[in-house]
Amino acid sequence: MTALTNDHDLHDHDDHHHHEAEAADRYMFGFWLYIISDCLLFATLFATYAVMGQNFNNEITPYELFDLGFVAVETALLLLSSFTFGMAMLGANAENMAKMKFWLIVTALLGLSFLGMEIYEFVHFSHEGATPQTSGYWTSFYSLVATHGLHVTAGLIWMFFLFIHFNRDGFTNANKIRLACLSLFWHFLDIIWICVFSFVYLRGAM
Amino acid sequence: MSSSETGPGGQAHGSVKEYVTGLILSIVLTVIPFYLVMTGTGSDAFVVITIVVAAIAQIMVQMVFFLHMNGSSEQTWLTASAIYSVFIVLFVVVGSLWIFEHLNHNMLMGH
Repeated sequence: MTALTNDHDLHDHDDHHHHEAEAADRYMFGFWLYIISDCLLFATLFATYAVMGQNFNNEITPYELFDLGFVAVETALLLLSSFTFGMAMLGANAENMAKMKFWLIVTALLGLSFLGMEIYEFVHFSHEGATPQTSGYWTSFYSLVATHGLHVTAGLIWMFFLFIHFNRDGFTNANKIRLACLSLFWHFLDIIWICVFSFVYLRGAM
Repeated sequence: MSSSETGPGGQAHGSVKEYVTGLILSIVLTVIPFYLVMTGTGSDAFVVITIVVAAIAQIMVQMVFFLHMNGSSEQTWLTASAIYSVFIVLFVVVGSLWIFEHLNHNMLMGH
């Protein structure tokens, strides 16, 4: 009798885990579909940028403004933050709270530094006479780069609240799924930035 | 440090080694185009092609080493939707450029 009950319990336990894993799979796939739709949003912005590429309206050109050294530092910050988020994920997989929190904070600081540099750059460009109203080129430039910047901002806000969630509830299944989604989001933003520095900054500075 | 456990979303968990490899490859693929443009090395066509190839390579590197996508059968839906989005992105970007190229051309010709 006891053996049977134990067996039954064990089966229930396994079943429970199986359902949790399936639910996690569904959440992740749903978030993946959001990432794909976001990808299409950026594709239209890149297409607009490409079409507007030479419409300078006889105003200031990117060639005169872009500082590649500055962009290289921004790129380094974002790439490193993608790596440190990976380290946070490894901490979470090992259910090591101190490690996960440490790397999440490092990631947030890197993201915040990137955002600070981008805002500084926009202010600097505007002072030099390149505002979103200046020409078709600058309209598409600000639409594209600022949309990426807004996504980074959203990621940082998400990180902040997730940190509070982990503080309060620890490694619950829900928190792990949230962290995995944010990880996907953060890596995706780094991939978009690869296209931004390649096709906007490097190409524009040539 | 197992590298092939399956986590949420059927994605493998990854290992320190995997992330470090991804980071190093990404740095190399970033430094090459920046170096070429900043020093003005090579012809324009060569530099543009290098920028495009390095960008595509780095995107692949990050998808494999950071997002742990490997095209395995557990990831069929991920892979299929990713390929689908690549096609839509190409249609939108190449299509827009193509249409506007013709539009500009026709306007200049006074049609």
